[in-house]
Amino acid sequence: MAAAAFYDLDGTLCRTNLVHAYAYNARNQQGILRSITRTLSTVASIPAFLVADFFDRRLFNQIFFRRYKGESEDRLRYLAQELFDKVIKDSIYPGAYQLIEKSRQLGLRQVLVTGAVDFTALPLVRHLGLDDMVTNHLEFVDGKATGRLLPPVMASATKASWIRVYAEKEGLNLSECYSYSDSMSDLPMLSVVGHPTATNPDFRLRNTALQHDWPILDLR
Amino acid sequence: MSKREPKALRGPTPRHKEGDEVVYIDTDSAPRLIFSGEDILAEDLPIGTRVVYAKPPIEGLNNRGAAVRYAINHPIDMDPLYAMLAPGMRVTIALDDISLPLPPMRTPDIRQTILEILLELLDANGVDDVHLVIANCLHRFMTEPEMKRMVGKKIFDAFYPDRYYNHDAEEPDNLVHLGKTSHGEPININRRCVESDLVIYVNITLVPMDGGHKSVAVGLCDYESVRVHHDPETIAASDSMMDPPHSMLNTQIVRQGEIVDQHMKVFHIETALNNRMFASATDFLGRNEDEFSEFDRMKYEALRFGLSKLPAAAKRKIFGAIPSEYDVVACYAGKTQPVHDRIVAKLNEQYMVSVKGQSDIAILPIPYVMPYSINSIMNPILVQVMGLGYFHHFYRGKPIVRKGGALILCHPCYDEFDHKFHPSYIEFFNRLLPETRDALTLQRKYEEEFARNPSYIEMYRRGNAYHGAHPFFMWYWGEQGRRHVGKIIAAGAQNAHVPARMGWERAESLTEAIAMARGFVGPSASITLMKWPPIVMADVE
Repeated sequence: MAAAAFYDLDGTLCRTNLVHAYAYNARNQQGILRSITRTLSTVASIPAFLVADFFDRRLFNQIFFRRYKGESEDRLRYLAQELFDKVIKDSIYPGAYQLIEKSRQLGLRQVLVTGAVDFTALPLVRHLGLDDMVTNHLEFVDGKATGRLLPPVMASATKASWIRVYAEKEGLNLSECYSYSDSMSDLPMLSVVGHPTATNPDFRLRNTALQHDWPILDLR
Repeated sequence: MSKREPKALRGPTPRHKEGDEVVYIDTDSAPRLIFSGEDILAEDLPIGTRVVYAKPPIEGLNNRGAAVRYAINHPIDMDPLYAMLAPGMRVTIALDDISLPLPPMRTPDIRQTILEILLELLDANGVDDVHLVIANCLHRFMTEPEMKRMVGKKIFDAFYPDRYYNHDAEEPDNLVHLGKTSHGEPININRRCVESDLVIYVNITLVPMDGGHKSVAVGLCDYESVRVHHDPETIAASDSMMDPPHSMLNTQIVRQGEIVDQHMKVFHIETALNNRMFASATDFLGRNEDEFSEFDRMKYEALRFGLSKLPAAAKRKIFGAIPSEYDVVACYAGKTQPVHDRIVAKLNEQYMVSVKGQSDIAILPIPYVMPYSINSIMNPILVQVMGLGYFHHFYRGKPIVRKGGALILCHPCYDEFDHKFHPSYIEFFNRLLPETRDALTLQRKYEEEFARNPSYIEMYRRGNAYHGAHPFFMWYWGEQGRRHVGKIIAAGAQNAHVPARMGWERAESLTEAIAMARGFVGPSASITLMKWPPIVMADVE
């Protein structure tokens, strides 16, 4: 039976996270004043993001993606490739390439499961040669972002649910699948497969991995 | 059926002693000090129990630097090293990893001494393209402090990390396929070594199964090359692994080594150490307890009191911080096999003790350290390999315990693993062993899965983890022992589930274990205690 490797993105395969992506967008607004305002506002919000993320990834998503409200879809998609070339590409951990290569040699399907938005993740998926991805999607009305995410919002348990459904649809044996994440919020995604690996884990996930005897991998 | 001998001639009588190394327990014998993990037990053994001690350490060479120089200037079946050097040539020096010697020796490590001589010689002959490669095969990569300790600060600072590194057996670009043996065994070797004009291997041969062709053909190869002989049938057919002429493992490795010799120029420097494992303050641990002085007894009581107050982790730290005081007793250089033959002869001189006949029951103390637990934890799989792999194989002729006899392993058998060094061991122990202990089934169903597991591969390459296949090899290592003995008892195991999962029985104490073993093999069963450490091997008549 076929199997897959499911990867979280931010902090797992690369150094950057959602805030980096948005910060790049904020810095590249039309007009210097607007760029400065957005950048300062983003920096000022970082403590709030951290607190929200600590308690609940869904709450973080609600607060964070609101910042995209009013952004033009065309511009976001245009900036995404530039963001990848200038920021994300260099932040990919060297070990990520080797991990994916070894995993591919094993015949595993390579799937990205991330809370990042689709246009941010797409260039990276192409670059790494991954087979599939599931991301979050911003809601756009008349070409402008509303600041809301379209359901299902990829975070925590939703990632695990998606993996289960995906495995059923694609005929994958979850016991033989692998998943990689750096964050405690992805505990369900790690728990749903037979071969979970805490990858560059935060303190809480490291402790959980030790308790569960999961491998702890450092790609940094 | 053989005729039964009169009682007077049957077996040893009390107060019997065969040389200084083989002693029989008498009515007034002192308790024997027995390692059980990080503890040292004082046990009264049944009268008539045979205790086999290590020989005293052979006197070390007075000037080991001079011995190394003499060896490289008067090599066996090769030109002297200086005659092979030319300006501009590419040289790679390969080194044994941290698994040798055991425990790590006091500094300067003999590898440092040899390297200092070699590097000076290479420099004087205009050889600048020099790399130092640790021949770790599928063992964990050595950490930076460990690498520094092994070669000394000066060499470390000059070579690390670009020209002093661990061999990566999982980097395809790092390996060259040299061909196959006449038996179809592939051999893939480290590219830098293959493409060097000269490879100098610096060996510490602690036991006869180390060194020789194993150094390059195993130390610098990959999973594909090593799996062909690290398998249950090869180990089961090795009688014993410590007796090269009768070791199937050695036979197969020599075949691969001959392919290596066809493609590479290897200048082998091999050293033998004596068995001075303990620092002078604790050397009483290796001696006959009947001959202890009052001061020795006081030292033991103080040691026991101190150990009793400490948790296992602290005891491991303390033992780990005490280096061994090994001396170099021989150094030869030149062509791999003749050099190795001379070193093995020297090791046998140090380790082999003549023992008359096998026992029904053998007691094997498992100490706090083994080749794969340095700076780490002796997990249950490692306890298994120490008992059934290494110690059971410490014989020439016949195993110390008779076929179908009982083996008593003294160890607490704690269920602890090192997540950094032994991640695949954890899954092996918790997921595979509850399903089967059969080595052939494990090999067929799961070895490949673990060996190819991308997480384990990256933990090996980027961290300090043993390769995913390593716990399998360690399980196979015990295969000959498992097939040979009728019962295995873990004496002093602090839990029931570890022995049960290993297929062993559990006894609260050594006394209980002996009673259980006698219940299995008979009440008049003969008993032998192999008193290690330090290393002793039985030359069983």
